[in-house]
Amino acid sequence: MKLGKFKLKHYINYIVIGIITAIFSGIVLTGGRLDNSTLFLLEKVAISIILAVSLSLVVGFLGELSLGHAGFMCVGAYLGGKVAALLQPTLGNGPLAFLIALVVGCGAAAICGIIIGIPALRLRGDYLAIVTLAFGEIVKSLFQNTSDETFGGSLGLPTPRYDKNYLFIFAFILVLVTLAVVQNLMRSKHGRAITAIRDNEIAARATGVNVTKYKLLAFTLSAAFAGIAGVLYSYSNYTVQSAKFGYNYSIEILVMVVLGGMGNINGSIVSAALITFLNTKLATVLTGDLAVLQNLFYALILIVIVIYNNAPALKGFRDKYNLGVLVAKLRKKAADPSHVTDDKAKWDVVPTKISMDEILSVDVLPQSGSDEEQNGGVK
Amino acid sequence: MEDILSTLINGLSLGGIYAMIALGYTMVYGIAKMLNFAHGDIIMIGGYVIFIFMATHNPLLAVAMAIVMCVILGVVIEKVAYKPLRGASPLAVLITAIGVSYLLQSLAQILFGSAPKMVTVYDFGTIKFLGATVQVSALVTLGVTVVVMIALTLFVKYTRLGRAMIAVSEDRSAAQLMGINVNGIITVTFAIGSALAALAGLFYLLKAPSVSSTLGAMPGIKAFTAAVIGGIGSIPGAMLGGILLGMVECISYKFSAIAPYTDAIEFSILILILLVRPTGFLGKKRREKV
Repeated sequence: MKLGKFKLKHYINYIVIGIITAIFSGIVLTGGRLDNSTLFLLEKVAISIILAVSLSLVVGFLGELSLGHAGFMCVGAYLGGKVAALLQPTLGNGPLAFLIALVVGCGAAAICGIIIGIPALRLRGDYLAIVTLAFGEIVKSLFQNTSDETFGGSLGLPTPRYDKNYLFIFAFILVLVTLAVVQNLMRSKHGRAITAIRDNEIAARATGVNVTKYKLLAFTLSAAFAGIAGVLYSYSNYTVQSAKFGYNYSIEILVMVVLGGMGNINGSIVSAALITFLNTKLATVLTGDLAVLQNLFYALILIVIVIYNNAPALKGFRDKYNLGVLVAKLRKKAADPSHVTDDKAKWDVVPTKISMDEILSVDVLPQSGSDEEQNGGVK
Repeated sequence: MEDILSTLINGLSLGGIYAMIALGYTMVYGIAKMLNFAHGDIIMIGGYVIFIFMATHNPLLAVAMAIVMCVILGVVIEKVAYKPLRGASPLAVLITAIGVSYLLQSLAQILFGSAPKMVTVYDFGTIKFLGATVQVSALVTLGVTVVVMIALTLFVKYTRLGRAMIAVSEDRSAAQLMGINVNGIITVTFAIGSALAALAGLFYLLKAPSVSSTLGAMPGIKAFTAAVIGGIGSIPGAMLGGILLGMVECISYKFSAIAPYTDAIEFSILILILLVRPTGFLGKKRREKV
């Protein structure tokens, strides 16, 4: 077995998230106090990152559009929240109850992922997008219409809350777990199989990739992590309401993935954190009818980024001015100091001027037969 | 008996609206090979245009303006958002279409506010039919839809433009080699689809006289369901699927036990149909080629 060389840049995202988590946990654990809005924001950021990274598995790597990601989250939130509420009298509100709720929520969402993954084997593209959308709406509608005793009906399911001060630490640990699973999967041969299906399913099948297995794997994993995000959500809020998990929320997650660059996990993380932060800050500024400006912003992000990244006509432009090329240029410039040296003397020696008369005075002899030679093959 | 009859007629009229939207979907999907998510929102824009021009108290002018504006909007959307992505991956086109749909909804909400606007286009009144009270507008909806469907079928079968559309839908590059202006055909398709959407907007206003920014979102998705049930790309299929879906919805609303689950039932039908017969009732099976 050959071990790959340890590369810092492959692990930089764990380190950054780890450091951020450590700083905030340090504040809380040493008795410092973070105000509630900061804690809530941290929880929301963690939930968004888990959602974005897991959706990126299906949209970015498998290349199928899922419009029901919020539906999986809904399943996780309701079942996890319900289990937590049931366990509260016996186990209290400790980490054990949280863990059981996580397992249940994650498992239920994963089962839904398998159920949706099965049509995914027969369908693709637009049809699959509609099926996932339909799934999200079905889940929403089912939970909305349950009786008040089981899942709270339209009023929402009241859920126990974990100790507010520490929930975000668990949330960020789960972010790291998600990241570890998704990133390692994508760097393994299984991940390459998934991207091969995205690039050309028929070719992948022809080279022996088990398309059924990998499609189901991607859908199930993605759903499972959405379920985890759902359980976190139920712990982070007093009630779980099905109206929250509609089409719009699925689109919001999709915006995070698209903004981060499809198939780019670190991009998804950054954009998930950014959009969640902006949303929370904007919600206080934009009230009433202005709140819709946020949706306008999302819509424009989706259209502009997707057209910019995919339009065949813009390919030349993209190749010339993308981030990678710019960084490479800057590096080259930094590494090579010669561009500042004064080489005027050298240029003075080289004859750079050509007299026009010199060119014109050259006799061009009519060469007979050259035409035939050139067109010889055409006859 | 009267109850059953009025449910059936309501179902037919709702089915007519779905069929009208599904016709637009199926044309665009068949020819441009893309799911135009914004189609439902063009219905909503049509509704708002009717609302604006009803200030003149002239229903015909309002409807004509709605059709014109929707056609312009549809063509502009196609040129600005979808045309640059021709040849790109279907996923990119789909996401852009969702973006356009979102854009139209939020623009409408900014321009007209989130509260629904009330607008009565024309009151056709009611008639008694076999003892049941029937909205005349329901019959108008159904009648217009049937006429439009027949007209579209004839148009596609017997005119040069229509046959060019079939050619483009069957094989785009071969059609191009035969001298068909593919981009032009796609634009015309979007124009026709948007005109149908404007009519669907009118029917919605005849059914319930209010328009809001989310008017078209759900009907759009349901009409896509209808188009899939009937077989995407098939004009009679869109009609069949629309009527079936409208019937299911109205019948389901009749029973209080399942009424709250109506949406869930409709979407479950969609998933089942896609699992059992992805080409729908009247769609043609196509093999995927390398």
